[in-house]
Amino acid sequence: MKLEKIIIIYFFLFSSLFANEKNIELTEIYKNLRCLICQGQSIADSNSDFASTIKLVVQDQIKEGKTKKEIYDFLISKYGEWIVYQPTFTKNNLLLWVLPYLILAFGGFVIYFLVKKNRHTKGN
Amino acid sequence: MLSSIGTILVFLILALSLLIIYNAYLDLKIRDQIVKKNIYNLSLFQITFTILSFFTLIIGFINSDFSLINVYENSHTAKPLFYKVAGTWGNHEGSLLLWINILVLFSYLFLVFNFKHEKKYRLYTLIFQNILIVGFVIFLLLNSNPFSLIYPIPLEGLGLNPILQDPALAIHPPLLYVGFVGCSIYFSAAMGSMFSEYKGKQFALSIKSWVQISWCFQTLGITVGSIWAYYELGWGGFWFWDPVENASLLPWFAITALMHSVMVLERRNTLYAWVIILCLLTFILSVTGTFLVRSGILNSVHTFASDPSRGIYILFFLSLMIFTSLISFFKKCKKESYNLNLKSRETFILANNWFMAFFLVTVLVGTLYPIFLDVITDVKISVGPPFYNIVIIPLVIPFLFLMTVGPQFKWINSQNIKYRKTIFIFFGAVIINLFIYYFFGSYSVLTNLIFIAAMFLILHCFLDATQSISKNKKFEYPRIISHLGFGLLVLFIGVNHQYSLEVDFNLKVGENKKVNNYEIYFENTKIEQNKNYQSVIGNFKLIDLKRNRIQYLYPEIRIYSDPETLTYEAAIKSKITSDFYLTMSNVSRSEYYNIKFQTKPFMTWIWVSAFIVALGGFVQLILKKNEN
Amino acid sequence: MKINISKIIIFSFVIFFLSIFWLGLKKDNNYDTKNFIGNKISNFQLSSIYNNDYISEEVLKKNKFTLINFFASWCAPCRTEHKYLINLSNKNKEFKILGISFKDKKKNSINFLNELGNPYNFVAEDADGKASISFGIYGIPESILINNELVIIKKIVGPIDQKYYEEILQLIQ
Repeated sequence: MKLEKIIIIYFFLFSSLFANEKNIELTEIYKNLRCLICQGQSIADSNSDFASTIKLVVQDQIKEGKTKKEIYDFLISKYGEWIVYQPTFTKNNLLLWVLPYLILAFGGFVIYFLVKKNRHTKGN
Repeated sequence: MLSSIGTILVFLILALSLLIIYNAYLDLKIRDQIVKKNIYNLSLFQITFTILSFFTLIIGFINSDFSLINVYENSHTAKPLFYKVAGTWGNHEGSLLLWINILVLFSYLFLVFNFKHEKKYRLYTLIFQNILIVGFVIFLLLNSNPFSLIYPIPLEGLGLNPILQDPALAIHPPLLYVGFVGCSIYFSAAMGSMFSEYKGKQFALSIKSWVQISWCFQTLGITVGSIWAYYELGWGGFWFWDPVENASLLPWFAITALMHSVMVLERRNTLYAWVIILCLLTFILSVTGTFLVRSGILNSVHTFASDPSRGIYILFFLSLMIFTSLISFFKKCKKESYNLNLKSRETFILANNWFMAFFLVTVLVGTLYPIFLDVITDVKISVGPPFYNIVIIPLVIPFLFLMTVGPQFKWINSQNIKYRKTIFIFFGAVIINLFIYYFFGSYSVLTNLIFIAAMFLILHCFLDATQSISKNKKFEYPRIISHLGFGLLVLFIGVNHQYSLEVDFNLKVGENKKVNNYEIYFENTKIEQNKNYQSVIGNFKLIDLKRNRIQYLYPEIRIYSDPETLTYEAAIKSKITSDFYLTMSNVSRSEYYNIKFQTKPFMTWIWVSAFIVALGGFVQLILKKNEN
Repeated sequence: MKINISKIIIFSFVIFFLSIFWLGLKKDNNYDTKNFIGNKISNFQLSSIYNNDYISEEVLKKNKFTLINFFASWCAPCRTEHKYLINLSNKNKEFKILGISFKDKKKNSINFLNELGNPYNFVAEDADGKASISFGIYGIPESILINNELVIIKKIVGPIDQKYYEEILQLIQ
């Protein structure tokens, strides 16, 4: 009897924990999707009809056990890359992801050489 | 009649600008150190007429003078007076007039306040600034004249977008423009410096306060804009990495880098070429931002009504600016020798510039990439918050460390730096982070590092403050205040993001929903009629089960008639520890309402931190004023 | 001013940037999925609005061309495009039209068709709108023309007008 009680308590505890996790994941997905009929709003922020429909579809797919990537890929296949806010890691977007780090490396080199030049004259 | 007055005034401004350029050019040839009196007088007339022209437009809005097409398109007799006035700069043409006002104001003030500096330099600066003014005035007259007439005179205006009827939004443009447009003066000063060969420490001293002022106002402008977005736009966020937001952030990175580099130029008389580049780059970024926002090239929730002809003109102007400054730079700036020690404050300031460049390039690439890709390959992609968060946030960690450690180093060389207290504080930060982790909920490694780095900066600033106060080193207060503000900002944003609760669900009147340890009862709705809108007000009872407290929240759906718009007003209860945020929207053809409920810890503290960052800059200005 | 390689590179970059801005001005930045053709539609199973039968993609494989039209009784532009659908119906024995009633009550859709005429060979319902997402729909009215391999050959976002009507006629010959 006691064991059953404990199991039930754990179940409630964990289900609310999972419910929260699931909720966080849903919110994250909604925020990454663009509302196609709005001017610059995500599905999370939009009150449009389209947004509410997408939310239902995403909820269904989560229940089916689909991963975030599968959901994004599905929507991209239907609506194009425009619908996701995080650019995909493809050849097209290579420069986008790489350029900032190139500048970081370049800046690092510049500072390194500026400061290094002085090392030789430090004794003076 | 207002139209004639306004247009004549604008023509006068144009004429005066041309006269100033001409007279300054003549005075350049006179080899003394006194700027001719008539140049001062012309400038005085110029600023007078400019302010008068702006007042003329304001009067037009206050009187609802619909003979002016600008007033007709953007105002309405039923609008409250405060928003009629704010409507003056809440549109493209009016804000352009505000740009010109600030350009002229800074031109005049720079001339007057820099009397200690070399005449040739001041005259060249004046000439370049007035060339900018001429460019903008011609743009206004040819394309965006707020004083254009409409006939027959309409009886009623088209009204102002209701989202723009908000106090924060009323002051957001003026604040931001002092930042955005204020950097024009050191663009002109950089050109002036190159042409007159007035370099080094003197040049740094002449622009230092102006960089500071534009930095302070840019920081304030961005903060107020975010506050407006949070309270008014109804999504609970305050920064969306929207192209228009990014357009205001890009100059901020450049100005911050410049502000720090000017210190190096002043103290060590080095990095002159880099300071010139930053001065030129900042205003170029401002105008680029204006181009992106007003030309319609980007898709955004913030865009002004777009018009491609504007874009063509601004692009042309921008191109002239870039080529002129680039060619001048290549011709006039000679190679410098650098004499920097690794263990010196200058090197850490270079590091600041390094990171600012990284953040700037990230935001620039993120904003422009979709345009480039679309033009070249015809593929449309979106670059939004996930991109910026992934790229920028990890680098904030080393940046915070550098901010903490850098100021510990002295100028020129620091041989013996006291590191014991610093290490002690570092461990203090680690312990506090562990405390938060265990008592409030676990989070990722990245978040751990952010909290530690932010806490490290905050604690060290307190230590620095006690040391500065005891040694009465007033000149360190601004730096400590701003760095502290920045550390707090990162910390509170991190905590807010980590511990926010956001839920989205549908509810009918009379139903309730349990979320974590809150229960939300949708009691009823009420319909109310206001001056220029009708609203459906939701009555929600929020029960905090943990603390046994009851709160009532009243979100609204507003139906405006002129123009016909629907807005959603969030119910926001801001408290010291956190905010409650509730929005309600109706689901079409259904009795259900879509409810979004959020709890946002420390939201108010995010604003406070941002204001503290700006405060440091203002303290610096006050200190400098007292010094003179 | 000495001309060296770094200066040439910088000038080239600037010219490149400004040219892209110039070209970008001419581009229409309103996004639509009109050009999303060439993919197959997903499999679906929707109930008819008239009875308890199910309509799936299988019935569409039998026709050389099918026009899938999303509509609703509460949608005003759907009324204006309706006459073109009537004209298209039965134009060609191998061309059929599938109507999908979107987020509507069966009763209202049936009344709508009784009032304006029924151009559809099949009428299914998508009561919660979820199926429309599988078709890549984001607003109504919206229509998709497919062939017997279920490949999308044309997408019309918004109501069918004279121009689209003629284009469809051309394609189904």
